[in-house]
Amino acid sequence: MIPSSFSYKRAGSAEEAFDLATEYGEDAKYLAGGHSLLPLMKLRLAAPEVIIDLTGLRELSYITDQGSHVAIGALTRHHDVQHSELLGRDLPLLAHAAGQVGDPQIRHRGTIGGSVAHADPASDLPAVLLALDATLVARGAAGSREIPIGEFFQGLFETTLEPGELLTEIRVPKPAAGARGWAFQKFTQRAIDWAIVGVAVQGGHVSLVNMGSTPLRAAAVEAALADGASPADAAAHAAEGTSAAADIRATREYREHLARVLTTRALTEAAARS
Amino acid sequence: MSIMGTRVIRTEDPRLLTAGGVYVDDVRTPELSAAARLTFVRSPVAHARIAGIDASEALSEPGVIAVLTAGDMDDLAPPPPDSGEGPSEAPAPIGGVWQEPLLAVDTVRYVGEPVAVVITDSRYQGEDAADLVSVDYDPLPAVIGPAAAVADETLLFPAAGTNVMATHPVPADDAPFDACEVVVEQDIVNQRVACMPMEGRATAASFTDGKLTVWHSSQNAQLCRFIVAGVLGMDPGQIRVIVPDVGGGFGAKVGIDRDAIVVAWAARKTGRALRWAETRSENLVGMTQGRAQLQRIKIGGNRDGRILAYRIDVIQDAGAYGRIGLLLPFLTCLMAPGVYDIPEVQTGFRQAVSNATPISAYRGAGRPEATAAIERAVDLFAAEIGMDPAEVRRRNLVAPDKFPFQTKTGALYDSGRYEEALDKVLAAAGYDKLREAQQRRRASGDVRQLGIGVSAYVEITAADAGAGETAKIEVKDDGTAVVYTGSSAHGQGHHTAWAMLVQDELGIPMDQVTVIHGDTDLIPVGVGTYGSRSLQLGGSAVHKAALEVKDEARHQAAAMLEAADADVVLDTATGLWQVRGDPDTALSWAQVAGHTSGGSLIADVSFAADRPTFPFGAHVSVVEVDTETGQVTMLRHVTVDDAGPVLNPVLAEGQRHGGIAQGAAQALFEEVLYDADGNPLTSTLADYAAISAPDLPSFELAASETPTDLNPLGAKGIGEAGTIGSTPAIQNAVIDAVSHLGIRHIDMPATPQRVWTAINEARKAGNQ
Amino acid sequence: MKVDLTVNGKEITADVEDRMLLVHLIRDVADLTATNIGCDTTSCGACTVLLDGESVKSCTVLAAQAAGHEITTVEGLAVDGVMHPVQRAFHEQHGLQCGFCTPGMVMAIVSLLRENPHPTEEQVRTGLEGNLCRCTGYHNIVRAALAAAEEGAA
Repeated sequence: MIPSSFSYKRAGSAEEAFDLATEYGEDAKYLAGGHSLLPLMKLRLAAPEVIIDLTGLRELSYITDQGSHVAIGALTRHHDVQHSELLGRDLPLLAHAAGQVGDPQIRHRGTIGGSVAHADPASDLPAVLLALDATLVARGAAGSREIPIGEFFQGLFETTLEPGELLTEIRVPKPAAGARGWAFQKFTQRAIDWAIVGVAVQGGHVSLVNMGSTPLRAAAVEAALADGASPADAAAHAAEGTSAAADIRATREYREHLARVLTTRALTEAAARS
Repeated sequence: MSIMGTRVIRTEDPRLLTAGGVYVDDVRTPELSAAARLTFVRSPVAHARIAGIDASEALSEPGVIAVLTAGDMDDLAPPPPDSGEGPSEAPAPIGGVWQEPLLAVDTVRYVGEPVAVVITDSRYQGEDAADLVSVDYDPLPAVIGPAAAVADETLLFPAAGTNVMATHPVPADDAPFDACEVVVEQDIVNQRVACMPMEGRATAASFTDGKLTVWHSSQNAQLCRFIVAGVLGMDPGQIRVIVPDVGGGFGAKVGIDRDAIVVAWAARKTGRALRWAETRSENLVGMTQGRAQLQRIKIGGNRDGRILAYRIDVIQDAGAYGRIGLLLPFLTCLMAPGVYDIPEVQTGFRQAVSNATPISAYRGAGRPEATAAIERAVDLFAAEIGMDPAEVRRRNLVAPDKFPFQTKTGALYDSGRYEEALDKVLAAAGYDKLREAQQRRRASGDVRQLGIGVSAYVEITAADAGAGETAKIEVKDDGTAVVYTGSSAHGQGHHTAWAMLVQDELGIPMDQVTVIHGDTDLIPVGVGTYGSRSLQLGGSAVHKAALEVKDEARHQAAAMLEAADADVVLDTATGLWQVRGDPDTALSWAQVAGHTSGGSLIADVSFAADRPTFPFGAHVSVVEVDTETGQVTMLRHVTVDDAGPVLNPVLAEGQRHGGIAQGAAQALFEEVLYDADGNPLTSTLADYAAISAPDLPSFELAASETPTDLNPLGAKGIGEAGTIGSTPAIQNAVIDAVSHLGIRHIDMPATPQRVWTAINEARKAGNQ
Repeated sequence: MKVDLTVNGKEITADVEDRMLLVHLIRDVADLTATNIGCDTTSCGACTVLLDGESVKSCTVLAAQAAGHEITTVEGLAVDGVMHPVQRAFHEQHGLQCGFCTPGMVMAIVSLLRENPHPTEEQVRTGLEGNLCRCTGYHNIVRAALAAAEEGAA
């Protein structure tokens, strides 16, 4: 339960963090809340030689109203996303989902940027941000760039972030007038578990948790909805295009069934909220 | 007014809440101040020959003091020889063909089996160095699960010729069943679960001037000393075992296991004081586990609800080594008929080894398995004849005038009021209203269906009643009392309970009573806490010691007052001795004790009972099943758990609550899983579905007290009853929720996947 | 590396390995052993302490990350020997048996009540999803939390 040895560097600024990452290259990993990386290191499934601690970068923790979108600093903790009045009003799906991540202790440390960069398809926030069509801002060698979230997730724990690139901000567009209905159906056996399957709905956008190696948009469901299908009829397509894993909690068949059931429920719930 | 039976909050708590308990890894004592750390190298494979161990890289790491293997154990007597007798029908000793070594010698038989130890200056270095010990394994096929074990395709102990340690064949007499109008058969899985106390295993040891001191997280220090003395070839007088605070035991910390003995051995071998505390991942493969039975049941009876015959055939998975002999399947067979008066009962078992963590006692140890089987059988029978499951139970319970009741399996139930318990729990649950609510939801085709599950149970406590328990009471010349108990609390609150007994009997206030346990220097003889024995045996011993101290005090006081013994009385309300009717002669305990030549009054006793006692009860579980997802939610859990007069309702309720939660955990969540190669799939708490607060409702406990005449307190044991009663009630409730779809059985744990699969298959079958 | 932090109001300076976990600094360096370790996957919550007044699992925080911050453990809750309302509620409601999960459980509830002074039973249970107990079945722990809330523990 002890990580293997590493060298700890504390970054005083985003600038410094990036410089350290450039200096140490592949030997280094960023540490944000630490509740994705440290558990892996404690089991010795990850053993970076250098840890660049970002937790001091208060300037990357913010939630601000930018008119058409909300800008969230990458180091904003789940707890703060969960309790944000602004998000509760304008992006309730995101606030609600942040409150589902882990437990209260984890939410006091874990960050939205850390969760997104970790890219676990079983995590809640990547799928939610996918449904919200967020844009990620990353700081790299060539300066800052914007990455549409649809292009961000490449595979299991894999993103388009370049080595050393640092997520600095997540921009989440406020839903248009007719698209305010939202829902988040997270199916677990115990409250603390990762989702066996999860479904996030915002307007006509539907995304899936743990139905593949990345979070997925349920494109066939969205197309059916756009064609005027009822929630149940649209939801029948929920498993199309997915590649759900089989594990000790669920077979692939069961996951696909859950995807359909949860999508029906989420769409019905979202419609009631419209 | 007597304090007995009143609600008294615990004397243990202020310290635990403000300074924290002192568990083995917290112990700070001069003997351990320079202690080194011990870290185990464990087998990552389920079954293999050890081709070689290379410690050279580890030895060159900073802080590494030694790397030890079985090859270094030249200071120990060789293990008992292989008698060549093959498996026997008697409880199989550890030794002979089934020999379990301390550190693996040439074969590993489960993932997690200890192979070597690394001794380092610091804890962190230990984990680094252990990673560097290189062990060469030649893998062998893995035998996983009881069915594979008895198939004997791969043998764990070739010299035994089989994996089956013992066979007690079931009488293959079908005639009693042929005479029944209705017969139901079912294969049932009582799945392997992890004991998972919050504190894992931890041991520290120091060997100085020929004396060995061992700190161990255990349920009985005296048994630890006995075992260590035997294995290390030492005189028990040269060994002191100290059991500090223990963070839960549940049967898995009875005595001392091989890992901990290795710590003691290594301390003697190296001359260094050593500390070891396992991680949770080690605990989930290295600490003994529970249950793991396959059960084939057959129940027969008539349509009027009367059960006439019951058969249970058990295959007990022992895991890689038979740690507890044949006790578990033996108790399962002993308690097979439960609370029912069944004319014909046939039992039998086989126990076999497999490439998994060894199985041993876990809260209930053989009795939850018996109860789960008979309670499933009764529900299956009820479903077959179309009768309400509570009504079927009522028609078969042992009648109240039949006690003491000798079962067909040889158990002698002391006292019981089974129908009254059933009535009480049904009333408390509002059973009829629940059935009505269930009907309404069925009629409206509600996605969320209600399930109502009933269990009626009896269980055996203080099964080793004859071994008894010890207690010594010393009343000092300052008027305080010290109780030395052979019991060994690990959460049960004995210090509060024993102090209550002393206050009640001697009139010495609780806050003047200190209770001590768990140190073999102070309490050389004791049996310990397991099998729900402590109140009836340990408490009775305290009571007996109190009476003896009282007699001695009376005699002293009489001498001091120049009166006859018979004329001297104790007022327990004030704690004062006096000549009857003459308050001016009052003497305090302090004065009486101070008058003795030794300056204190001492009574040192043991108490044994003639036979075990049999607490009983009934549970009602109310669950909601989401028929689209298979999700199960516990809505209510209502219980009657009758273990005789309740000394302290606060403590009894706590035991019932904890028991219910562990029983619910087995019914709905927890299961130890292995893949086909014997790799554990649930070896961290992220994967092992330990039950948590949001998974449970608050519980509804009804009171019932039916005494026994087997001890002066009239007490039976409450510690495991909640677990035994809750598992079958909840399992039955889940199946009841979907029984209208034609489902008759779902194995535990009733995970959403398992429930949905049953619903899905029933729907497909229904559509044909 | 050197780490400076405050634990239960006392300033501590320690020279530790970069990889030292906060829970080991608390237990082995600051010698406060009430906080326990119950798992290695951030699942059980036995190691819960307050970091700047908020509950965290100290097994999943590096000592280095805690530098410059304030840690409160259960040993630091009582004031002048008077138990905190949550501690008192645990005592009165029999919210502990073996005591191993208790320090973490108490700190989790202290933090919970600060953020939600009047939780429902459901909110208490969900709020404790990260704290495992094997002895009590949670029934009395929940009652203790609700009793403390009633007393105005926040």
